[in-house]
Amino acid sequence: MADYEIPSELRFTREDEWCRVEGKRVVVGVTDYAQQQLGDIVFVELPAVGATIEKGEPFGVIESVKAVSDLYAPLSGEVVEVNPALADHPEAVNEDCYADGWMIAIEASDPSEVEGLLDAAHYRRHIEERSTE
Amino acid sequence: MSGLRRTPLHDAHRALGARLVAFAGFEMPVQYGSILEEHAAVRNAAGLFDVSHMGEIHVSGPGAVACVERLVTCPVATLAPGRVRYGLLCNEEGGVVDDVTVYRLAEDRLFLCVNASNIEKDYRWMVRHARPDARVEDKSDRIGLLALQGPACAAIVARVTALPLHGMKRFTFQEGLVAGATALLSRTGYTGSDGFEIYLDAADTERVFHALLDAGKPLGLRPCGLGARDTLRLEAALPLYGHELDDTTSPLEAGLDRFVKRERGGFVGAEAIERRARAPETRRLVGFVVEGRGVARAEYPILHGGVRVGVVTSGAPSPTLGKAIGLGYVPPALAAPGTAIDIEVRERPLAARVVETPFWKKSA
Repeated sequence: MADYEIPSELRFTREDEWCRVEGKRVVVGVTDYAQQQLGDIVFVELPAVGATIEKGEPFGVIESVKAVSDLYAPLSGEVVEVNPALADHPEAVNEDCYADGWMIAIEASDPSEVEGLLDAAHYRRHIEERSTE
Repeated sequence: MSGLRRTPLHDAHRALGARLVAFAGFEMPVQYGSILEEHAAVRNAAGLFDVSHMGEIHVSGPGAVACVERLVTCPVATLAPGRVRYGLLCNEEGGVVDDVTVYRLAEDRLFLCVNASNIEKDYRWMVRHARPDARVEDKSDRIGLLALQGPACAAIVARVTALPLHGMKRFTFQEGLVAGATALLSRTGYTGSDGFEIYLDAADTERVFHALLDAGKPLGLRPCGLGARDTLRLEAALPLYGHELDDTTSPLEAGLDRFVKRERGGFVGAEAIERRARAPETRRLVGFVVEGRGVARAEYPILHGGVRVGVVTSGAPSPTLGKAIGLGYVPPALAAPGTAIDIEVRERPLAARVVETPFWKKSA
């Protein structure tokens, strides 16, 4: 199985998003596994600051050369920050998905929703279950 | 993937770490690493593609030329041995059955290189319109095909063949040994860059593939998949059957007039094409560049004044241009380069502009 970076301090969704929980503020992006599966990212569509998003619902779109994929909200809340770099440099998602490639920051409306997220070990298992090799 | 056919290079693709997908009933490499890097390799150095899934239908006998002349829109009697032409197989309504290249092997022998998705359809079409003095044979399963494309292509092929390449013109071919294997080497391709296509016995394909990769590595040659093949042909504004062309599209509305022998006629679909040409034009294929933020893709509607007026047939980011580009059908009134249009993306308009094609051309 290929090598996927899965930082232990983060939380993950089954749709391959990561969350960095900083109290009520949660930073969100897509994982190393996701960016490898997607290939070269050419466009990212994100909500505006102030938008309300709901856990499990699509909040944006990520496009690679060949495909369009939805981004799913890991938690419910209000979008308080959007990464401005991705408009001109969507490739940051491929190059540094956990840092420069971050997408949005949410103010969580229900911090208990964090309990439902996967930890690193469970996320790694989730990847293994999906790999065909 | 079960039920899918494989080319002779299947094991080689897996060993190179290719991502394999289903395409036209075959398991094919879409990319080995990054599509953008593979695309750039072809534009700047060279790329090697496995296109063995494509079909080769041979026609031989005293009536071979007459048989093919009656089936394709390009002239065949005037196609000298050693030369290739692009043309279309049309149906009786003047729609496109397939787009093909015709190779004149000898006085009484030709073959058509056809799209993988249409091999059986084309073969049956040709047999249906055959003559008793022409034999039609589908040799697709016996033939492997490699495409070596990019400015370094001649330097690379020169390392594995004694066939003279200097001055070999586009749309000509030679037969001889390539990497020690019996081959037909044509100066043709589907990328807009300089390139060669190498027809081989299926059993020799893997060996020649590796020989070319080895010979070309110092010159920047990389294996490339169907993902890059599509972004490259789109920059060259080359049509893809099933997108720009299907059995309802007339070659004229797809902008392919120069490949149709209109004065000569005498081919299946000729009368219908003329009839449709005399009727008011309803749509025309254009190229466009996206000016807003986003990517246009096949099947997205084209808007003008907020109203749906056409459809995108192919769309993708253009790595060479650094913008999203596409091809699509619009009403003739909106076909002039410079016309502002919108592409409907997720129910919102994305600004675009009709441009001249091709989007990219190799410098002389």
